Amino acid sequence: MIFIEALRSGWQAILANRLRSILTTLGIMIGVAAVIILVAFGQGASNSVTSSIQSLGSNLLYVTPENPNRDGEIVNPSVQELTVDDAIALNDPVRAPDIAGAAPERRTAVTCTSEDRSHSTQIVGTWPSFFSINNSPVSAGAYFSNADELSARRITVIGSTVAESLFPESDPLGRQIACNGVPFTVVGVQAEKGGAFANPDDVVIAPLSAVENSITGYGEVSAISVQASSSETTDDAEEQAIAILDERHGTTEGTRDFEVFNQASLLDTANTALGIFTALLGAVGAISLLVGGIGITNIMLVSVTERTREIGIRKAIGASRRFILLQFLLEATVLSLFGATAGLGLALLVAQIEIAGISPSVVPVSVVGAYVISVAIGLFFGSYPAKRAASLRPIEALRHE
Amino acid sequence: MTAVVEMHDITKVYGEGEAEVRAVDGISLTVEPGEYVAIMGASGSGKSTVMNIIGALDVATSGTYKIDGVDIGDLDDDALSLVRNRRIGFIFQAFNLIPRMSAASNVELPLMYRGVRRSERRRRALDALAKVGLADRSHHQPNELSGGQQQRVAVARALAMEPSLMLADEPTGNLDSRSTADVLDLLDEIHTEGKTIVIITHEDDVAERAGRVVTLRDGKVESDVLAAAR
Repeated sequence: MIFIEALRSGWQAILANRLRSILTTLGIMIGVAAVIILVAFGQGASNSVTSSIQSLGSNLLYVTPENPNRDGEIVNPSVQELTVDDAIALNDPVRAPDIAGAAPERRTAVTCTSEDRSHSTQIVGTWPSFFSINNSPVSAGAYFSNADELSARRITVIGSTVAESLFPESDPLGRQIACNGVPFTVVGVQAEKGGAFANPDDVVIAPLSAVENSITGYGEVSAISVQASSSETTDDAEEQAIAILDERHGTTEGTRDFEVFNQASLLDTANTALGIFTALLGAVGAISLLVGGIGITNIMLVSVTERTREIGIRKAIGASRRFILLQFLLEATVLSLFGATAGLGLALLVAQIEIAGISPSVVPVSVVGAYVISVAIGLFFGSYPAKRAASLRPIEALRHE
Repeated sequence: MTAVVEMHDITKVYGEGEAEVRAVDGISLTVEPGEYVAIMGASGSGKSTVMNIIGALDVATSGTYKIDGVDIGDLDDDALSLVRNRRIGFIFQAFNLIPRMSAASNVELPLMYRGVRRSERRRRALDALAKVGLADRSHHQPNELSGGQQQRVAVARALAMEPSLMLADEPTGNLDSRSTADVLDLLDEIHTEGKTIVIITHEDDVAERAGRVVTLRDGKVESDVLAAAR
């Protein structure tokens, strides 16, 4: 009852000073909008990095050779490179139950030409399982098969960048390209992957046997990509891969001549870094919210001084301290809630805009949080002026001009 | 019957030591229900201080003061607000209406603090405004009313509270002679209906309307005369 009456009195005061109320609200509005928008941009950046990491292949482990040099000294003189046999060993379902597949990659720089164009790129000789392991569907045509690998057919799946460069106006399927003079027939075009790091679309993929036969010769492979059975088992798959390769190479932790690169742990690291980034942005927004709160204190203090006589009249005819306190507190809280609502509207509007390739994603928690914090700001920053108003003595307040 | 106002040996001292000022110096005064008392005195006679104490806006330094038999000497701020709200209807020299609130809302205000329901207090406010002849002005804000009208709204506000005591502090000090007559006639009418009125004034013609005139001088009661004796 007293609550509703105090709210009504506060509301009347807000309406009586419209311009001032709007200006006060503006401070909170900007603060709330800043928090929601900045957090939304942080989240948007995080989403975009996460999706580009995921586009490289989910559950992916990447094994590369590493020479265990320590201070220029070769610790293990009998370093072995990664081989096709290592990849075969990793495909053992008994010893590596959490590995869904492993494919060797033999990479080398080549210049590929079509009838009238030339493009410098990278050729990857690999097994057909490469496509599923790396989460690389084709957008046109087909993959090559195990039969193609066994017969070392010179056919290729090209990345979208290569397709655009060599066949800007025509369909590449079925056409011939020559890489370092060796002819290949295009059977598929890899779907565009995009990504934050090295362009994964600037690549020519062909059967390992064909690449070894005609371009690189036989020997070590550049890397082995390994797929874990699910994103939860990537750590287990990593351990199994390390155990198998350690045994084959006769190495231990200190002398290991390969390195396993875990996509999931990269994602974790990136997410942690981006979380800090988002929190920092939120803190910047929170500062403007604080400034808005101080604005409320300021305006309410002016209001109390200006309305001293009115407060005196109210107390003379029987308003209790509690009522005056409540009225001013509610006035501050209502102002701050209006600011929060306007700020939310502004934030939702701004969040539609894409800036620097990042589309902001409004986080529900930041919306709820901004509201809760604005109420807290109203109560906290309104409490000092409200206390001042409530403790005015009626005879002195009535004498005030 | 309990006296409405019962002051016994009231003093009010401001400051300390050499700067000490005894604004009120041992005043005893009793006002019975239905009385119309004028308190007179030159400026500096202590009549404003007495008015503040009678109105429970201020507390005495020493002495006892009872309103309707309730001793208010030991009451805190909120309890004094409650006493004012239940028992005293103020009429101030400066009207003291709240700006930007309609006449009706101003009259309702003390009833709101008392917790009277909205529809009930609106009805009582409109009744009181009708009584002071301002039924057609209930939606006007104070700055849309003349001084005389504002003071009548203030009288309506006091009436709507149905107080034990109507306390008027120089109610005609800011009014022209016609409005003065209007407001004083209104107080006469209220008095004939049985209300207790204390009016503070320095004008003889205002005091003449009262049945009893108390004159203060230097914080003491100089004379206390019934109109019949004059």
